[in-house]
Amino acid sequence: MQLIKPNTNIDFVGKRKLAFFVSIALILIGIASLIVKGGPNYGIDFAGGTLVQVKFTEPTDAATIKGALKDLDLGNPVVQSFGEDQNEFLIRVERTTGELQGLSTQIQSTLEKTFKKGQVDIRRVEMVGPQVGKDLRSKGLKAIFYAMLGILVYVSWRFEFRFAVGAIVALMHDVIITLGAFSVFNKEIDLPIIAAFLAIIGYSLNDTIIVYDRIRENLGKHNKEDFSFIVNRSVNETLSRTLLTSGTTLLVILALFILGGGVIHNFAFAMLVGVVIGTYSSIFVASPILILWQKKSKARTS
Amino acid sequence: MSKSLKFRSVLVLLCLLLSVFAIAPTLLRNSLPQWWLDAFDPIHLGLDLQGGMHLVLGVDVDKAVESRIDTIIDQIEAQLREKDIVFKRVERRQGDRLVVLVYDKAEGAKVDALMADEFPSMEGETFTGSGGYIEKNYRLSDKEIENIKDYAVRQALETLRNRVDQFGVSEPTLQRQSDNRILIQLPGVEDPERAISLLGKTARLEFKIVDENANIQDALAGKLPPGTQLLYERNVNRKTGSESETPLVVKDKTVLTGDLLADANVRIDTRFNEPYVAIEFNSVGAKRFDQITAANVGKRMAIVLDDTVYSAPVIRERISGGSAQISGAFTSQEATDLAIVLRAGSLPAPVKILENRTVGPSLGQDSIDRGIRSIWVGAVLVILAMIIYYQMSGVVAVIALSLNLVFIAAMLAMFGATLTLPGLAGIVLTIGMAVDANVLIFERVREEVRLGRAPKLALDSGYSKAFLTIIDANLTTLLAALVLFQFGTGPVRGFAVTLSIGIIASLFTAIFVSRLIFDFYLKGRDIKRLSI
Repeated sequence: MQLIKPNTNIDFVGKRKLAFFVSIALILIGIASLIVKGGPNYGIDFAGGTLVQVKFTEPTDAATIKGALKDLDLGNPVVQSFGEDQNEFLIRVERTTGELQGLSTQIQSTLEKTFKKGQVDIRRVEMVGPQVGKDLRSKGLKAIFYAMLGILVYVSWRFEFRFAVGAIVALMHDVIITLGAFSVFNKEIDLPIIAAFLAIIGYSLNDTIIVYDRIRENLGKHNKEDFSFIVNRSVNETLSRTLLTSGTTLLVILALFILGGGVIHNFAFAMLVGVVIGTYSSIFVASPILILWQKKSKARTS
Repeated sequence: MSKSLKFRSVLVLLCLLLSVFAIAPTLLRNSLPQWWLDAFDPIHLGLDLQGGMHLVLGVDVDKAVESRIDTIIDQIEAQLREKDIVFKRVERRQGDRLVVLVYDKAEGAKVDALMADEFPSMEGETFTGSGGYIEKNYRLSDKEIENIKDYAVRQALETLRNRVDQFGVSEPTLQRQSDNRILIQLPGVEDPERAISLLGKTARLEFKIVDENANIQDALAGKLPPGTQLLYERNVNRKTGSESETPLVVKDKTVLTGDLLADANVRIDTRFNEPYVAIEFNSVGAKRFDQITAANVGKRMAIVLDDTVYSAPVIRERISGGSAQISGAFTSQEATDLAIVLRAGSLPAPVKILENRTVGPSLGQDSIDRGIRSIWVGAVLVILAMIIYYQMSGVVAVIALSLNLVFIAAMLAMFGATLTLPGLAGIVLTIGMAVDANVLIFERVREEVRLGRAPKLALDSGYSKAFLTIIDANLTTLLAALVLFQFGTGPVRGFAVTLSIGIIASLFTAIFVSRLIFDFYLKGRDIKRLSI
């Protein structure tokens, strides 16, 4: 079976202006959403706070739970449903002070007044102090920074510096758009999301490098051709592989997204957005940047 | 060629055999002989999968420095009195500073001489304070402060380890981290609240003499006689179980501390049929207890634990046996836990819970089930896609993929790595990405076939052309995974682990194993058309 016929020649490079606008638009939407919502929507890992996951034997709704917790002095707890059935909920409280130490027993006994005894199961409690949250945040940012730096060095070594710049621009493009998508869809950024970001970086880079590899090979083979022709040809030659690998990766991510359960859900969402954007960026961002760089340096020499 | 084929087959078979040995204890824990279980541990599950508690405690090391200064103050006061040096008072300022107030320079010089003799490590400075006093300031050297802080964390770790041991959790982890933090992991802990109260308690046991002359009303209004402090006594109503507090003025000076305990045990008081904690002093403690009780007959002695008075019995007579009891209408669990913390010793400084992640066992099992289901569904989808797209060659890729999964599980078991929920996601992701290497190879082979090459030649050049690309692409992903391992914590680290292991295993299976299968297939056959 073949998805892409041999000698297919789609003019990707010619559409780079359109792609440029699409990318800028996606980035701007994300940034606008981030500004309107006052920065990224951090989960308790990074913002600090307390999270309690409760499972009920029978379906209920967030308003009932919030009502039941009214008498507890919890500040302004956020209650949201978790997973596909309407019987599991997350209760998030901002404070982390010592008096919240007995929080889960307090919540259990308070909920058992409204619901019946034995119907309330506290399945998970996570409390992160503000200092730890700050540390985790800086660690996460550092991780992304060092990953990018390492990639810059490796790609410069294996290819050329301009390839490395193209790869890094594509990666930042992917991470910023995924971050924007999280803001637009009101999803919380937690520790596993940082892992997802790094996986996206790894994946998107993988994709980019395979196209670059072909460009390098074709540069040696067709050294008389125009550079943008070579780039376009290389993208086309690797297109079949790009689509198939993205396809299988998306299949397993969809499996995770649908079947993985609450904790994995946001992680899979990030990967879903990231893999689609990462595939797009290695074709429409990483490669055209090489052409842009080439034109700039040509203009400079002449 | 055939020799190399044999060699490569043996290598792959050996890897497979070793893997099966390594995985067996995870799958069939109960039906294997003991030597097998001794050789390979089952795959270690993270707290998010098996349920349990992850705590990060911060040791308040500044408090340790303060209490060191307070001890020095006690010693200096005694020495100054002994040597008849006239001074107004000695006090602690700004946490790490000790100030002796004297009336004139001559006495100041004597204080300096004393300090140089007794505490040479302290750095001195002199100021003229208000009201004509001379302030002799002394502070601990930075190195000394570092030492005190370091010792406090080490001591806290030791004490917490003792408490955890007595609490009875299998395979607990206690680790010192940077910034005076201590990481504690308690797998499968059943009563998280109890664990927190047991670990978070400073358990500083002090005995203080009650100041019977002080006026409670004045004390509550903030007017305390010098050298005393206001504490609250905890009262439990035996009938209703409700708690109340009564104020009590005690002398500042601690006459005896829990450091001198030899043992603590739960006993039952036959009068109320309720538990109390019987404590026994060591020989030094017993002697001091004897002296104190002898000197204070008729007065009340407050038994203070972490600044709460548990009881304040009247000393009726001199007590020389070296034993005492702490009662306070405890439940039997409270009494048991109190005995545990007293036996394990007090923390040198208070601890604060900075991070607490507790996962119940039911959620952990749920996550495992969902993770495994995602792996199966993902794998089946990828298998179908590969076979439809590449036919026979797709089957080869699928065999490589299955081996890949076996190797990942085996490496997790052999390296003693911890499998977490994000780690499971990492495995699922690896399935999707592992076939990439085969896709790259197969696409190259197709190109070669299109150029009219014979199957064997097409395979040869396909593999060799794709090889460097695959290495480049995977090494960069590995780079990202290693960075994640370096900076990640807990479950996220598990993701980095499975991703790295997955990449290494997939390189082996997709390049080496799949090639071997093709070579076997082509050996001695005259294949005209490759099913790819």
